[in-house]
Formats: sequence, C-alpha cells, structure tokens
Amino acid sequence: MKKLYAKIYNILLLLLVLVCGIALEKTGTIAFLSDPDNFPELMRLLFQHFYLVTISMAIATTAGLSIGIALTRPGLRKYSGFVMYIVGLGQTIPSLAVLALVMSFLGIGTKPALFALTVYSILPIARNTLAGIQAVPTSTIDAARGMGMTSAGILVNIELPMAMKVILTGFRVALVINIGTAALAYLIGAGGMGDWIFSGIDMMMTDKLLAGAIPVTLMALLADFLVELLSSVIVSKGLRLTEE
Amino acid sequence: MGVLHFIEKNFHQILLLTWEHVFMVTVSLVIATAIGVPLGILITKKIHLAKRVINSANTIMTIPSIALFGLMMPILAIIGQGLGKVPAVVALVLYSQLPIIRNTYVAIKNVPPSLRDAGRGMGMNNWELLREIEIPIAVPVIIAGLRTAAVMNIGIAAIAAYIGAGGLGVYIQQGIDRVYPEMIISGAVLVSLLAILVDSLMAGVEYLLTPKGIQLQKRLAP
Repeated sequence: MKKLYAKIYNILLLLLVLVCGIALEKTGTIAFLSDPDNFPELMRLLFQHFYLVTISMAIATTAGLSIGIALTRPGLRKYSGFVMYIVGLGQTIPSLAVLALVMSFLGIGTKPALFALTVYSILPIARNTLAGIQAVPTSTIDAARGMGMTSAGILVNIELPMAMKVILTGFRVALVINIGTAALAYLIGAGGMGDWIFSGIDMMMTDKLLAGAIPVTLMALLADFLVELLSSVIVSKGLRLTEE
Repeated sequence: MGVLHFIEKNFHQILLLTWEHVFMVTVSLVIATAIGVPLGILITKKIHLAKRVINSANTIMTIPSIALFGLMMPILAIIGQGLGKVPAVVALVLYSQLPIIRNTYVAIKNVPPSLRDAGRGMGMNNWELLREIEIPIAVPVIIAGLRTAAVMNIGIAAIAAYIGAGGLGVYIQQGIDRVYPEMIISGAVLVSLLAILVDSLMAGVEYLLTPKGIQLQKRLAP
C-alpha cells in the first residue's frame, strides 16, 4: 500500500513537471530565456541579485552570530529578554515596509538595499543563535567546566556545536527571506531579478515575468536545499542520532 | 511633520485601504484554517503522509512572494483573474498552510499519551477523544500558528499591491513611483503598525483560548 502511494506521488510529480514545461513553452518563456539578446541582461540581473544576497548575508551572519553569542555571556545575559523582544517586534515588520522606510531615509540604489537586507536578515540569525545556545543543558556546561575548559573553550567546543542545528535553521530562514526580499530591491533601484518580474507585471508580458520569477524561485529552493545539506554535514553525529 | 499631515488629509482613504488589507488577510486566514487544521489533524493519523505534506508546505513557503504572484498570474489568467484580489488571496492561503499545518500537527502529536489513554479508559471513541481532549489541548499552539500566518500575510498582502490587490501597500507602491516620501513613510508605518497590532491581538486570543488548567500549569512551572 505504502509503495503504491509513493508511486502515485511520483507519477503526479512527473506530470506536474511536464505540465510546467508545456506551460513554459506556450507562454514563450523558454524562447525568451534562450534568446541570445537577453543573455547579457539575464547574467547582469542574476549577478546583481547574487551580489545583494551574498554581501548582506555575510554581514548579517557575522553580526547575528556575534549578537547571539554576546547575549549569552554572563555580563549581558540580563539584556537578552529585552533584545529578543525588540527582535521579535522587528520581525513582524513587513519586508516591503523595511525597504520603503530605508529608501525614504537613505535614498535609492544598491547601498540602501544592502542595508535593508542586512538588517532584516540579522533578526532570525541572532534569535536562533541565542535560542540554540540557551537550550544547551547546564549539566553539559558544568561537566565541561569540571574538566577544566575555559569559557572560550566551552563556547567553541560545546555550545556552538550543540546549537549548530538551530543556528543553521535561522540561517536558512534568513537566506530564503533574503532572496525573496532582494527581488523587491528592484523597487528601490538596486536591480536584481525583480527587474524582470516587475516590468513583466507592468507590461503584462508573461514571458518576461516568468523569466524573472522562475530563477528567483529556483534560487530560493536551491539555497534551502544547500543549507539543509550543509546542516547534515556540520551538525555532529551524536546530535543527529538522538533525534532519530 | 509632513507624514502626520498626510495621514490627516487622507484619513478616509487610509481607513478604506486598511479595511481592504484586513479583509484580504481575514478571508485568506479563514480559508487557510478551513484547509490547514483538518489536514494537520489528518496527518497525525496517517503518519506516512505527514512528512510529505509538511515538506510540500515548506517548499511553498520557500518560494519568494513576488515570484509566486508572478508564477500564478498566467495560471489564474486562464479564468480571467490574473490581477487583483483573487491571486493575492490564493497566495496568502498557500503561504499560511505551513504554520497552520505544522502547528496543528505538532500540537496534537505532543498531547501526552497518558491523557489519551485516560480518555480511552473512560470509554471515548476516536472522535470524542479528538473533540474532548486533543483539540482543546492543542488550541493554543494552533492559534500560535494562525498568529504567525496572520503577521506574515499582512506583509505579503502589502506586496500584493503590485498586482493590483489594493490595501496599504498601495501607498508604498505609489509613493515610490511618485517619489513622495510622506506617502511612502505613512504606508510603511501603517502596515508595520497593523502587523504589530494584529500580533498582539492574536497573542491575547491565544491566552484567552488556553484551557484554564494549562494556564495554571504554565504559571506554576518555573
């Protein structure tokens, strides 16, 4: 019975792919994407998108990790509740609103977009770093201290590895949101694949619209998958075992 | 204070746009709950489906919102609804599925087996067990899922202004087009305020719908 379900599921999936392929051909998206005249433009937009995502994620990861780690240190621990409240509030603010606010204060272009993307991506990373480290059992830390480890040693060898799964989840959420928000960065003049999506909507050109929307979707799905893969490599074997 | 002046001058329009925004989010949440909660309950009974359903919902969530609008436009254009509120609501319903299904599933899975056994010992059948024990205990977590979905939907509905769905996103869209900072700021601030307001309202609902016994348990726990 289970095998039959799996088979039906796979056939449905294949059919879906087929229908999508036919739809792409019918709307002219394949012709649009394979047109040599559009190739340099596609590469330029993809590069812009990629640039926005990588730079902002690099800064956000560094900042988010540092904030998360700093707030679990003894001296700053008492502020963690307050900071997390602010972070939670920040996360309820819609991404478009963040971009719009940044634009009205910093103007248009790549730099304001990078700023908005970075600020917006710090939140999930910082939150998950903090939550992950806080969830490490005190008994484990006591055991490490009893073995004569220093605070720095405990952080690197015990706390971070044990929190790694949660931190990577935060990283994944931030990355996926970042890729989606970078598509909106076109609106404040930072380019990216949003260029084709928004012009496609404005001009009612389905082929251009899909040629913009599909790469962004694939990028997000691929990023999601890669981080999942990364987490199955980095997260220590013992932790993965207890889960199963 | 240009922004306050702008808000004062366009107060009626703002009320209208806010209503449009709230309307879209509410309709989509109602539809999403009607689909998501039964589906979440169903997959606690059919475990082999659980992983697939949650993974599919997760994949939908991964698709960037503006790309999803783009992908849906040609499909919904077949029935003449490529632009406007229909694609917006469809997208919002799709995005809400993950938090709602996942929270329902996790909440019902986490009902202590001892309680379930006690219910069964009292002679309850599966249906009564679900209605009398599992759902009341799961409600706070399900509402938490709805809260996540609602806040997320307010943000996505703002982006839906670009496909002509109306709502407060219109101010952001037109403000950017016309380089009218007061309009942009009022749009962005109002959307953010709406999200924060709905978030705290739903937190209140979450508290109210928590059964008294569980509230007590939480307060007594360290």
